[in-house]
Amino acid sequence: MARMKFLCDAERCIECNACVTACKNEHQVPWGINRRRVVTLNDGRPGERSISMACMHCTDAPCAAVCPVACFYTTADHVVLHDKDLCIGCGYCFYACPFGAPQYPRVGNFGGRGKMDKCTYCAGGPQQDNSHAEYLQYGSNRLAEGKLPLCAEMCSTKALLAGDGEIIATIYRERVQQRGYGSGAWGWRTAYKEVPQV
Amino acid sequence: MIALPWRPAALGLLLLVLPLAAPAQPVHPAQDGPPALTARGPDASELELQRALQGGRIEGRVTIPDRQAASLVQPAGRDWRVFHNRTLVWIGGIAILGMLAILAAFYLIRGRIRPSSGLSGRTVLRFNLLERANHWMVAASFIVLALSGLNLTFGRHLLLPVIGPEAFATLSLWGKIAHNFLAFPFTLGIVVMLLLWVRDNLPNRTDWAWVRAGGGFLGGAHPAAGRFNAGQKLVFWITILGGALVAASGYMLMFPFAVTDVAGMQLSHIVHGVLAMLMIAAMLAHIYIGSLGMEGAFSAMSNGRVDYNWAKEHHSLWLEEEVARAGEAAGAPRSAKAAGAD
Repeated sequence: MARMKFLCDAERCIECNACVTACKNEHQVPWGINRRRVVTLNDGRPGERSISMACMHCTDAPCAAVCPVACFYTTADHVVLHDKDLCIGCGYCFYACPFGAPQYPRVGNFGGRGKMDKCTYCAGGPQQDNSHAEYLQYGSNRLAEGKLPLCAEMCSTKALLAGDGEIIATIYRERVQQRGYGSGAWGWRTAYKEVPQV
Repeated sequence: MIALPWRPAALGLLLLVLPLAAPAQPVHPAQDGPPALTARGPDASELELQRALQGGRIEGRVTIPDRQAASLVQPAGRDWRVFHNRTLVWIGGIAILGMLAILAAFYLIRGRIRPSSGLSGRTVLRFNLLERANHWMVAASFIVLALSGLNLTFGRHLLLPVIGPEAFATLSLWGKIAHNFLAFPFTLGIVVMLLLWVRDNLPNRTDWAWVRAGGGFLGGAHPAAGRFNAGQKLVFWITILGGALVAASGYMLMFPFAVTDVAGMQLSHIVHGVLAMLMIAAMLAHIYIGSLGMEGAFSAMSNGRVDYNWAKEHHSLWLEEEVARAGEAAGAPRSAKAAGAD
């Protein structure tokens, strides 16, 4: 089994936000929920970089550690998923998450949090693979169809890489060696406690 | 072509002149190709390590209308995780189990405190209907708030393995809804409680004597006290001040990011959690002494009346005032009329 990871090559990201749009469309994510977003650092200044960020599917995931109802689980491919039938929308995973990945529809009392929604690595949820129930709750399950997450698949500059950690780290290493520079794998130290060697 | 011979000469001249004109300026070699990594600022892992060690977040600009999304990495989540999973569990465990152990030990040593002169059978009104109704509104809200709150910290370890994930999730969801709604009667009750009882809860010299006598808990003595003794005043101020802070931090959590960012939300949770645990421990002592721990105390909050002997032992100054007032009320209407009554 693979160890699925995301890697955003900030030297290639052109902040087109196509990954954000593709994600919203693929999973029919409601208004106000962003499973993926593009953050631009040093906007308009030297060293400006854009990074596409979503759930990083952490090793020793903080969300799973703090969840009061233990609704998170990790798949064989090390994708961190959660069960919306168990989630109570307390918001604790957002406080613990380093990347701001958990999102909450404002359907609870007083416009408060409903059940949490986040990037599923296009791997659905605990329901039957590619069932209608799974699609309604979690969006499409591309992984079960043998496909990688759509955000990375359709990235026009191939800045966003998804796949087995070893393989995407190798691709990134070759790029950095060829062009002679790179700003590193954003979020890797925090999420995986390791960084690709270049 | 014509200019060629000039170049080496000009360069030579420059090299000679430059050090003289600007001796402090080092000469940089021209750069070929892309700049080195260091010239482009710290890389991702350096920046993440720096923010993790020094605090703060890696933040940028986003095009979506959600300011929270502009935070790329917030390493403080790790500290909050440690607080929630370890620190709060220890604080709550020590405070609550410690208080239960103290109360059990006190019960074993001291037993139930009874009026030394027995019950007289005559009663005096201690709390009127409004005071009692408000007390029980706060108390009922507090118990549900406390249990549903404790469930978020301890339920996963204590209750989930017993009743299973589905039942536990349903219970926790109802607990969250109850927690959100009961925040309002609790807050209202705290405000009413302050208005009703603040006059009788201002510290005075009697309290100092009461504290020095240990409240009469271990000796047989009964230090003088007004309507509320120093211990009850402490419970009052814990309820008012603790309740206000717990309510304020709770509303911050209930309306996420309305006034603060993720760091403020984490801080709100820390304040809310720690104070709530301490208040639960304090209220256990309050519940004990108001029911099992002391004969004659509970009726003050049930039918509002307490035994004359109980009042004389525990609230002597208050009883004197009440008796004096009753005497005035009984004698006054016939002997004197208020000015302008005719």
